[in-house]
Amino acid sequence: MNVVTIAVRELRSLFVSPLPWAVLAITQAFVAYAFLVKLELFLQLKPHLPGLPGAPGLTAIVVAPALKAAGMVMLLAAPLVTMRLISEERRNATLSLLLSAPISMTDIVLGKFLGVMGFFCVVVLVILITPLSLLAGGNLDVGLLASGALGLLLLMASFAAIGLFMSTLTAHPPVAAISTFGVLLLLWNMDWAGTGAAEGVRPFFSYVAATSHFNALLQGVVDSADLIYSLLIVAVFLLLAIRRLDNMRLGH
Amino acid sequence: MGEDSLVEVANLHRRYGDVHAVQGLNFQLRRGEVLGFLGPNGAGKTTTMQMICGVLAPSEGAVRIGGVDLFESPIEAKRQLGYLPEQPPLYREFTVDEYLRYCAHLHGLRKQDATTAMGEAKERCGLQSSGARLIGNLSKGYQQRVGIAQAILHRPAVVVLDEPTVGLDPIQIREIRELMGELGDDHGVILSTHILPEVQAVCDRVQILHEGRLVLDEDLAQLSKNQQPRSTRVSFRRPPSRTALTGVAGVKRVESLDGDALRLHHAPDESLAERIVSASVAGDWGLYELVPESRSLEEIFVELTLGEADGNREAGS
Repeated sequence: MNVVTIAVRELRSLFVSPLPWAVLAITQAFVAYAFLVKLELFLQLKPHLPGLPGAPGLTAIVVAPALKAAGMVMLLAAPLVTMRLISEERRNATLSLLLSAPISMTDIVLGKFLGVMGFFCVVVLVILITPLSLLAGGNLDVGLLASGALGLLLLMASFAAIGLFMSTLTAHPPVAAISTFGVLLLLWNMDWAGTGAAEGVRPFFSYVAATSHFNALLQGVVDSADLIYSLLIVAVFLLLAIRRLDNMRLGH
Repeated sequence: MGEDSLVEVANLHRRYGDVHAVQGLNFQLRRGEVLGFLGPNGAGKTTTMQMICGVLAPSEGAVRIGGVDLFESPIEAKRQLGYLPEQPPLYREFTVDEYLRYCAHLHGLRKQDATTAMGEAKERCGLQSSGARLIGNLSKGYQQRVGIAQAILHRPAVVVLDEPTVGLDPIQIREIRELMGELGDDHGVILSTHILPEVQAVCDRVQILHEGRLVLDEDLAQLSKNQQPRSTRVSFRRPPSRTALTGVAGVKRVESLDGDALRLHHAPDESLAERIVSASVAGDWGLYELVPESRSLEEIFVELTLGEADGNREAGS
């Protein structure tokens, strides 16, 4: 119950600021751009597709790249949304309200996480409106779309958990934002390290990279390993955040 | 330990790196008591209050709230706590009602209970007509009231207020002091302040902290007893000889002050006024000023926190 109270407050505070609206608008604009470019490509390819064996469909050509574009925007936007979570409470001295209330650190961290995830669900739903418009005149592979949406949501869940942890490290929201961005960028591009490396190392780096798991889901491959990868990241960073809050009281 | 002790602090220490901010505090707060924490800046008042409220972990020692150990079962202990930190923990983007409802939910009050508690707290803090206003738009004094409302909202057994009257105008200060007096009837209240008259106005007991140690812990009633005048300042148009003055019954010692004024020392439970006046009339000394001098809380405070050496001499005399 405490978790819900904190999550609701977080969402409310978020939505009275202009930030989430800007995030929604910019994500939407960028996704629409990617969507239209790919739709144009599909229309050019369309006459040739029926002759090809195993040719990609409308959803694979148009929707997957649009969702990937959304993932890239969130790489930038997520740190801005998560930066305030704990650091602003520290800065405005409101954290003591939570610390002196009869709730646990776990409640605080889970509440904050769920609050952000509430907003991220709204983002994903709004993004999905664009691909769903294809239903009006085309043959949409709903299963592929659902798997892609799940991939995007899991990606954003790991972003939220990492951002939440980074926000416990500093009382300055911008510092939390840039640190989160650094970590996310590293996670996104982790597979770079594999490209020139020996055979044995390469799969490891590509496995650790967030993109490889996201891409699998965008292609409609729902593998429990990919789901567990995201859930593991979420669990680890939430635990770190709880530990960090606990240690903050010992502080200095 | 007594059943009525709401807060028990035992051997509390807090270190910030090399700084030993709180050095072995021991005290208790009883039900129905208003305890004033007094001390210069940096004496450890805020640190102590933060430790009592679980915001800061002590380096050593224990805190029990209503018999429950704050570190073993923090959630149960914190249920009985209301805390107003030095800077009120307010969300500026919320209205007063939204904020108080959130606080009520945090303390486990639901729907009807929350609404009732909010109504009571707003009434006690004079916020009845401010419910729909944004906290960010309120004046400092009203923000402070919202902070206090938040601390007493869930009717906690122990209310801890860190400098509750800072930033308030004199009328508001009077109202808040009245409120603290009321709270003291059925709750235990700990408040910190630099303002000495405030302690005398609302507290039952005063503790003076200095450099992390308790240098005074006394009931205010006891304190005012100790503060009874020990000397009388007098001025005469035609000053008599010293021997004539020491001849007046009760005068122990005569001290010359600036100008014509003299200070007559006497035992604390005696009053010289009547005898001096009749002696003056009999001897035609022309008495025109007579002031019984008492040690104010301010003097005790300054003595305890500034002049260690002076304090020792005073204690010895």
